[in-house]
Amino acid sequence: MDVSFWDEDVETAQPETLQQIQLDRLRDIINYALKTPFYKRRLAKVGINCDDDVKSVDDLDKIPFTTKDDLRQNFPRGLLAVDMNEVVRIHSSSGTTGIPTVIYFTADDIDNWADLVARCIRATGAAAGDVFQNMMTYGLFTGGLGLHYGAERVGMTVIPIGGGNTKRQIKTMKDFQTTVVHATPSYLLHVHSAILEQGMTIDELALRKAYIGAEPHSENIRKKIEQLYNMDAYNSYGLSEMNGPGVAFECVYKAGMHIWEDAYIPEIIDPATEKKVEDGQTGEVVFTNLIRRATPLLRYRTRDLACIIPGQCECGRTHRRLSRITGRTDDMLIINGVNVFPSQIEEVVMNIPEVGTNYQIHVDKVGALDKLVVKVEIYSKMFRGDAKQLDALKGKIKDELRASIMINPAVELHEPGFLPVSEGKAKRVIDNRPQQYKD
Amino acid sequence: MAKQLNIFVENRPGRLDAITSNLLNSGINIHAFTIQDRGDYGLMKLIVDNPNKAHLALADLGCACALKDILAISIPDKPGNLHKLTTALAENNINIIDAYGFVLQPDKTGICCMEIENLEESGAEEIVRGIGFTVLQDEELYDL
Repeated sequence: MDVSFWDEDVETAQPETLQQIQLDRLRDIINYALKTPFYKRRLAKVGINCDDDVKSVDDLDKIPFTTKDDLRQNFPRGLLAVDMNEVVRIHSSSGTTGIPTVIYFTADDIDNWADLVARCIRATGAAAGDVFQNMMTYGLFTGGLGLHYGAERVGMTVIPIGGGNTKRQIKTMKDFQTTVVHATPSYLLHVHSAILEQGMTIDELALRKAYIGAEPHSENIRKKIEQLYNMDAYNSYGLSEMNGPGVAFECVYKAGMHIWEDAYIPEIIDPATEKKVEDGQTGEVVFTNLIRRATPLLRYRTRDLACIIPGQCECGRTHRRLSRITGRTDDMLIINGVNVFPSQIEEVVMNIPEVGTNYQIHVDKVGALDKLVVKVEIYSKMFRGDAKQLDALKGKIKDELRASIMINPAVELHEPGFLPVSEGKAKRVIDNRPQQYKD
Repeated sequence: MAKQLNIFVENRPGRLDAITSNLLNSGINIHAFTIQDRGDYGLMKLIVDNPNKAHLALADLGCACALKDILAISIPDKPGNLHKLTTALAENNINIIDAYGFVLQPDKTGICCMEIENLEESGAEEIVRGIGFTVLQDEELYDL
């Protein structure tokens, strides 16, 4: 098998070397963290007031975990470690309680991130000369821009087409003889059926590789994509709190995703006891970002469940590998690659006076894509008796949900009393998608 | 103004049964009804002998329902009469939201029930009287 590198020295560095890089960078990041009100307080409590207080990477264990709630409570600037003059980019995600989270980047931060993504791309064998169609959403979501910068760094020809508009995607693949695509697995399956519906065949395209991520998928789905398109599909892992894509990526051996350990310190913990578990055991993934100074995050709990795959990869990289994500510690739904918390939906529907007390969220697979249906009850006292009011209500719920969760849901109106009554944890979410986390 | 009872009903088996059985238990007599189909739900529209009582009975059941002002017009069952009515409304730029009709036997009186946009301000009632038709007042409709 052909193995290519972007930064061979680092990618194949011995554990002692990697640990030294980690320590140097950790101390640098600690210095930046100490410039934020949030970490200054928190680190002082564990006796860290300057970088000299960190003697080894193991000192990280003293530091408490950082959670999404911490990010929210410190919105918008509590975790900003540099002057705003130095910030060249902001990425943000919508919050579960209306409060978003924000990540700031300096020019160096963007540069470091692009370099890691370049590493990912080279690990799959892609190079300058490849035509890269980036079918992931651009904008505040990090999926699109993250791969974009890395692909340009490698020297690929980047087509920043973004998500959606399937017809144009297919035409673009053909017109420019795209060789590499980046998309959610479900969208690639959807595009494939559209290709056949248009009476085209895969032979008319030049596709060689796909980078798939942003939603859980099984090994079978990967194999299906590879067979349907006659190309290689590589798993990608990232989250906006750790910059976005480029945290971990598969190499040509497709045997788990290499975590770039010079840039991220991974830990796997038991989410209940918060104790570390051994390699090979599944737990919550925790990351410390070593390469982003504008928004340092130490021991960030991702709420993703996975394990570190023990042993060495045949490619020669020494960076350990992350398994595919096997679940979540919270109730987050991933719908066509977009993260949605049921609480976001609840917040929207419960603030509409014409809606009664009960609602339900259904997620189904329709073809290859996820379909979100929000069922609400009409509040009888607000009903005026005409169809126009009901149409307007449906439209209002749809519009407000789209604004909040970035997804177009179907809305169903029901009679009062039809949906299960909320008793403590009523079954609000009915996810009918087949075995999304399993093999 | 005469009242019609509009009820939000999901489009699935048993929903109309729940409504009619409740009205039966409340001693309500239904004179006329129609259903406006809206896909996954419908609006059931009823003319009954006691709209207020029916409304309360259904509201107690938790139904989403409302009393709606309508224009109930008595029209002799003769060719051209509906046309005469619609022409008069059209000429005055009056919008009909929903309408249905039925004929009372044996005297062959047609009754036309209309939901009119901005019913009171539209002056529809006067226009209908102006072309010689009778507009039924509350009790006249409920006591059919």
